[in-house]
Amino acid sequence: MTTPQILPVERPETAEEPEQARPWVTIVHDDPVNLMTYVVFVFQKLFGFSRETAETLMMDVHTKGRAIVSSGARERMEYDAARLHSYGLWATVDKQ
Amino acid sequence: MSLFRREGEECVATLSLDEVRVLRRVASEVVGLLTEGFDHSDPVVVRLFPAVYPEDPEEAADFRRFTEGDLKTSKIDQAGAVLAALPGEDELDPSGAEVRLDAEASEAWLRAINDVRLAMGVRLGITDETDLDEALTEEIERDVQSARAFQLSVYAYLGYLQESLLDAIMR
Repeated sequence: MTTPQILPVERPETAEEPEQARPWVTIVHDDPVNLMTYVVFVFQKLFGFSRETAETLMMDVHTKGRAIVSSGARERMEYDAARLHSYGLWATVDKQ
Repeated sequence: MSLFRREGEECVATLSLDEVRVLRRVASEVVGLLTEGFDHSDPVVVRLFPAVYPEDPEEAADFRRFTEGDLKTSKIDQAGAVLAALPGEDELDPSGAEVRLDAEASEAWLRAINDVRLAMGVRLGITDETDLDEALTEEIERDVQSARAFQLSVYAYLGYLQESLLDAIMR
């Protein structure tokens, strides 16, 4: 007795997942209250950024009014936004 | 004005009587705002619980339904950590109180002070253009006894306190 052998079905290569082609992003917006040093601290803590990266992003938020801090699957972005909200940062989720 | 310093694993501040009372009051106000006073149309609540999809109210409401409870609980706990570390009115020494925070309490205080500053920032109408020193001087010249003068000075103090705590945490 042998186990039935099922040959793997050949699947055509999918060109690219739509989700990857147009990922979702988490955006942090400028606000007049949060301290610059605090925002850098939160970016480093939540995303493991180097101090330099965190400072660059913080300056983008400060001077341009907003910065993208993460991108990927929608659920993940919502998770990131929720974590940012728990630190009092103003975060939204959008399509890139 | 008392600030935080680092001592070993702890962040420590020697607070005056007035500072203890102010911190207790603002932390209690945040708890009130998040419990019986909770109101989605309050601009402070709008700021503390931002709409994650500003252009899509339905999606934003969906997200809120799943996350708001946890966020509210964590903010209440943070404010509670501030209250827990402060002496009560009956055990308050006239010379003030020393507050010693371990890593967990330090982080809770950091976030709680931030929530208080966000709430006060909305109430006081703080914008990017606000020069806090100028606003405070102006208000004190207008009426030194005004509630706004007091709140502006508390807001300014909390900024310094938070900055010093952050500094002590990262040391």
